[in-house]
Amino acid sequence: MSTVKLTVNGKAVSADVEDRTLLVNLLRDHLNLTGTHVGCDTSQCGACVVHIDGRAVKSCTVLVGQADGSNVTTIEGISKGDELHPMQAAFRDNHGLQCGYCTPGMIMSAIDIVNRYGGKLDEDTVRHELEGNICRCTGYHNIVKSVLDAAGRMRVSQAAE
Amino acid sequence: MYATTYHRPSSVDEAAALFTKGSEAKYLAGGHTLIPVMKQRLASPSDVIDLGKIKDLIGLEVSADTVTIKTATTHHDVAASGPVQRAIPALAHLASMIGDPAVRYRGTIGGSIANNDPAADYPAAVLALGATIRTNKRSIAADDFFKGLFSTALADGEIITQVAFPIPAKAGYSKFPHPASRFALTGVFVVKTKSGDVRVAATGASQNGVMRIAAIEAALKANWSPGALDSVTIPDKGLMSDIHGSSDYRANLIKVMAQRAVAAAG
Amino acid sequence: MGVEGIGASVVRKEDRRFITGRGRYVDDIKLAGMTYAHFVRSPHAHAKVRNIDSSEAMKMPGVIGVHTGKELVEDKIGNLICGWAVSSKDGTPMKMGAWPAMAPETVRFVGQAVAVVIAETKNQARDAAEAVVVDYEELPAAADIRAAIKPGAPQLHPEAPGNVVYDWALGDEAAVKDAFSKAANVVSLELTNNRLVPNAMEPRAAIADYDEAEEHFTLYTTSQNPHVARLVLSAFYNIAQEHKLRVVAPDVGGGFGSKIFIYPEEMVALWASKKVRRPVKWTGDRSEAFLTDAHGRDHISKAEMAFDKDNKILALRVKTHANFGAYMSLFSSSVPTYLYATLLSGQYNIPAIYAEVMGVYTNTTPVDAYRGAGRPEASFLLERLMETAARQLKVDPAELRRKNFITSFPHQTPVIMAYDIGDFGASLDAALKAIDYAGFPARKENARKEGKLRGIGFSCYIEACGIAPSKAVGSLGAGVGLWESAEVRVNPVGTIEILTGSHSHGQGHETTFAQLVAERLGIPISQVSIVHGDTDKVQFGMGTYGSRSAAVGLTAILKAMEKVESKAKKIAAHQLEASEDDIVIENGEFKVTGTDKAIALPMVALAAYTAHNLPDGMEPGLKEGAFYDPTNFTFPAGAYICELEVDSATGKTSFVNFVAADDFGRLINPMIVEGQVHGGLAQGIGQALLEGAVYDVNGQPVTASFMDYTMPRADDLPSFKLSHTTTLCPGNPLGVKGCGEAGAIGASAAVINAITDAIGNNKLEMPATSDRVWHAIHGSA
Ligand SMILES: Cc1cc2nc3c(=O)[nH]c(=O)nc-3n(C[C@H](O)[C@H](O)[C@H](O)COP(=O)(O)OP(=O)(O)OC[C@H]3O[C@@H](n4cnc5c(N)ncnc54)[C@H](O)[C@@H]3O)c2cc1C
Ligand code: FES
Ligand code: FES
Repeated sequence: MSTVKLTVNGKAVSADVEDRTLLVNLLRDHLNLTGTHVGCDTSQCGACVVHIDGRAVKSCTVLVGQADGSNVTTIEGISKGDELHPMQAAFRDNHGLQCGYCTPGMIMSAIDIVNRYGGKLDEDTVRHELEGNICRCTGYHNIVKSVLDAAGRMRVSQAAE
Repeated sequence: MYATTYHRPSSVDEAAALFTKGSEAKYLAGGHTLIPVMKQRLASPSDVIDLGKIKDLIGLEVSADTVTIKTATTHHDVAASGPVQRAIPALAHLASMIGDPAVRYRGTIGGSIANNDPAADYPAAVLALGATIRTNKRSIAADDFFKGLFSTALADGEIITQVAFPIPAKAGYSKFPHPASRFALTGVFVVKTKSGDVRVAATGASQNGVMRIAAIEAALKANWSPGALDSVTIPDKGLMSDIHGSSDYRANLIKVMAQRAVAAAG
Repeated sequence: MGVEGIGASVVRKEDRRFITGRGRYVDDIKLAGMTYAHFVRSPHAHAKVRNIDSSEAMKMPGVIGVHTGKELVEDKIGNLICGWAVSSKDGTPMKMGAWPAMAPETVRFVGQAVAVVIAETKNQARDAAEAVVVDYEELPAAADIRAAIKPGAPQLHPEAPGNVVYDWALGDEAAVKDAFSKAANVVSLELTNNRLVPNAMEPRAAIADYDEAEEHFTLYTTSQNPHVARLVLSAFYNIAQEHKLRVVAPDVGGGFGSKIFIYPEEMVALWASKKVRRPVKWTGDRSEAFLTDAHGRDHISKAEMAFDKDNKILALRVKTHANFGAYMSLFSSSVPTYLYATLLSGQYNIPAIYAEVMGVYTNTTPVDAYRGAGRPEASFLLERLMETAARQLKVDPAELRRKNFITSFPHQTPVIMAYDIGDFGASLDAALKAIDYAGFPARKENARKEGKLRGIGFSCYIEACGIAPSKAVGSLGAGVGLWESAEVRVNPVGTIEILTGSHSHGQGHETTFAQLVAERLGIPISQVSIVHGDTDKVQFGMGTYGSRSAAVGLTAILKAMEKVESKAKKIAAHQLEASEDDIVIENGEFKVTGTDKAIALPMVALAAYTAHNLPDGMEPGLKEGAFYDPTNFTFPAGAYICELEVDSATGKTSFVNFVAADDFGRLINPMIVEGQVHGGLAQGIGQALLEGAVYDVNGQPVTASFMDYTMPRADDLPSFKLSHTTTLCPGNPLGVKGCGEAGAIGASAAVINAITDAIGNNKLEMPATSDRVWHAIHGSA
């Protein structure tokens, strides 16, 4: 057992957990942040993606010890109160989700993609960059549309800030 | 995952000391090989020693003739590095083709070559570029480093600290991804060194892991162009065969990927 | 149509909770005192279980209990059932071996459970499961259809000699034989319909909670049909009586058929929760999903089609072997028979059809309905055959199809189905236009100049949805009725709750069902809640599959709405002192036509519940229920065309264009309909190019994780061009047909037809991996 301390969605948290605990289990089982999902056991599906220090990573493949001291953002932490993050809004408006299971990971990965590419995103790039996120429902068509739409919205909201 | 004890040393020496104390310790870098294996309960290290936060092991340097990448540098950081893109564009390209963006944020060059997965990308670059692997004990030439499937010249507890790549005259990497895992079904790295030598390495294809392809090296040495390989045939003996690629298909891919890598290298 | 009424692309009400991470899936639920189950599973495809020694496991930290199949037998827990009786052509009933939830004696596929460990934590349960020592005596395995039907093959069940479950047939054999003898041309084809793993992204999970005081069970489970689960668990498995069992299916992360069935893990969790007197949670991981979720497809077939000299189809003869895996899953028997052979007429006038289907046991994971269930197999066979025929007869594939289209309706096919309506030519025209078919030869030529092989492929599918008229399916052997039920509750303040037996696991019912109410009453959808997925809340239901929720589920709601409206009109008329016949409903108000007299819905509702001033003899309240049993299947149909290029050096295919022109009848929410088509197309294309569950000769799965089983990713797929043509379904008042499976049914043939066109070799199996395509181009096997 170890004590890990990290910041999750802006709040300092501390937990006593077994060293074999994965970040995703800490979030789901100890912090009740069940928006981060588990869809595979081979680090492939991306349902578990969160941001660690601003980078989108698979929380099922990070030991809590590795995340000790870092700043973690989950799907629950990206909207400002009632105001959705532009990526969340774009997924809703473009029907970028069906069962919703892959959605939190998709959104967290997609925000990272837009952060990296800014305005230089096109359909092929989005499709390639989504390689680590599997969706069984949407055929990706509307996910790609959502990400491209959000890229525009995020530019506008960044410009406004 | 079986129970284990996690350590976060702050220096290489501390890491090496921790290793000798554990009954069955393992180093951890990005964890994107080791953790999945532990989750499947195929590895049960008593202790996990995290190299990923040791400052001395992160970062890269580019000099006039060498690109030096410290072991715990992530694939993302290599792919996104302007100096690497300018010095050995094929190396940055290779790093950008590994796994997916989330994997590239965590996975490291040292972890990749220490693991020596027969379908991993980096070993092709390390071997073709004739890189030198530096450890906390010694320097190992690429030709001596890879020892078949999942095995290397590293001694028990030895730590890779950095990989030094001589900057070539030309280099190219072409990868045909495995449709499911996205590792290399076959990937070929071609190099023309500054001294005019040609080195070609293929990953994903051989039952013995990364290997050099003498027939292609000879043909390219005579004539550095994709067309030079038209008449080369690669025997499928010793190549892997599975539902995604039979050995004759992989033999074909070695040639086709080599041609495309040469075209990319210019 | 109002802004939120029928036909409007309203954004989904349910999305907010999903995009903010507040969806509530089974694994998100925690109960006080919860324990965790982990199953001990067979590593062998076929073995006798000699002994199970749990003594070491029992000593491990946190372990509460280790239970085996023997105890299930002692407690008289029933075996898993197959709910559809299908007989062989000689009249004998299908031959089934028993499927116990945990195997007491024999395991027949890798992953079959033999014991369960219950512990305080998930890790402890898994740690202890490894300490359970099972002594197996390995037996030879039959890993695929061919191996299972060979003389001398290993036998799975003594009840099914030769591993044959049934040898079934449909159609007129003599008429077909006669037609073939007169044929000008005969086209034949052998094909494999590859086995698929459904892989809904949420792995299956269950939490069972036994309340000792009430002797009552609650089961939270990843189910597409909680009421059916309750019925089966109580009526057949002897775990809990129906009135002592509540089944809740909260948010469910995709199903595609695989979450219709009641699985051993749910049974064992319920049973164990009573044993340990605490809640028991089981969450499957992806590896378990690969081993234990019912797989789909897996046919090998031989098909022959007879044509007259004018290229009109005379007859079709099909012989199919269907792999059921090691046990007969809940609806498995119906999939390669009544959901497959009945669709073999496709969109075509085929005077005579004869289909024989042999169902076979193998030492593999059980196979059951997966998106489309039988219909994709029929459509693939027929559309590959049509394309092959066009090539052999040297005619345009679009024109050969058009020449043979059914054009007058209703149309009785020789294989049970009576198509009510359709316009197949219209869909084909729309698709041809969308892809610019006329320009294809020039595009192909340009591609050739650039060294690329370009091809085009068609698929004109039809499916039977809106499952199903209870009487009809009953006569064919179904064990249940396939109606749907609904209840409409108008609350005293005028808000509305719709209780439905349909289940939403991505389909967007919370929005589309509310749109119907908005349309009828002229109120915003925010005033309407859809309640589903809980047997304690919803009266009854048969769940969601077979694209039945709109055609059957929504019609049930409509019927209940009509009753509510009729009563509300009476109340309004009474309050307004007008005649009931003069009342119309507009914008949430009940108006007297031709006057400005009106009363708002909340006032009518309030009046219904205060009951101070109701018409004489009227019961208080405003709440009505209805059951709806469809009169026929519905028949969505469409035309898909795929244009792609093949890199001859690597065999890699890349899409140029994929168009889909579908006729789904009336669209409630076009945006949601298109989303359903996209998802279906991805699964159909996945089957054609990428996916395939493979076993080695010993029955060991070769593709048991996402590392080996190729799931379609964003960069494997194109953006799709969709369009709609419309014939309204005459069989239900809304004119809807259903759209959930179309893409999965129609897409794969279009893709394979396009690749084989590009490479000029018609022999190509699914999945058409780069390796296979490359071999097909270069001739070596
Ligand atoms: C979904 C997914 C897709 C992937 N796709 C690809 C791909 O396309 N191509 C590819 O090449 N790889 C791929 N990988 C593997 C990925 O690149 C790994 O990150 C990499 O192989 C291992 O690096 P790591 O830093 O994560 O190592 P770890 O997992 O931390 O360690 C791997 C092994 O190396 C040892 N080790 C680590 N660092 C050192 C050191 N400095 N000295 C000595 N031993 C050390 C560890 O003890 C361990 O045995 C993929 C991984 C995943 C999860
Ligand atoms: S759960 Fe993390 S990648 Fe699938
Ligand atoms: S929306 Fe269901 S998996 Fe993506």
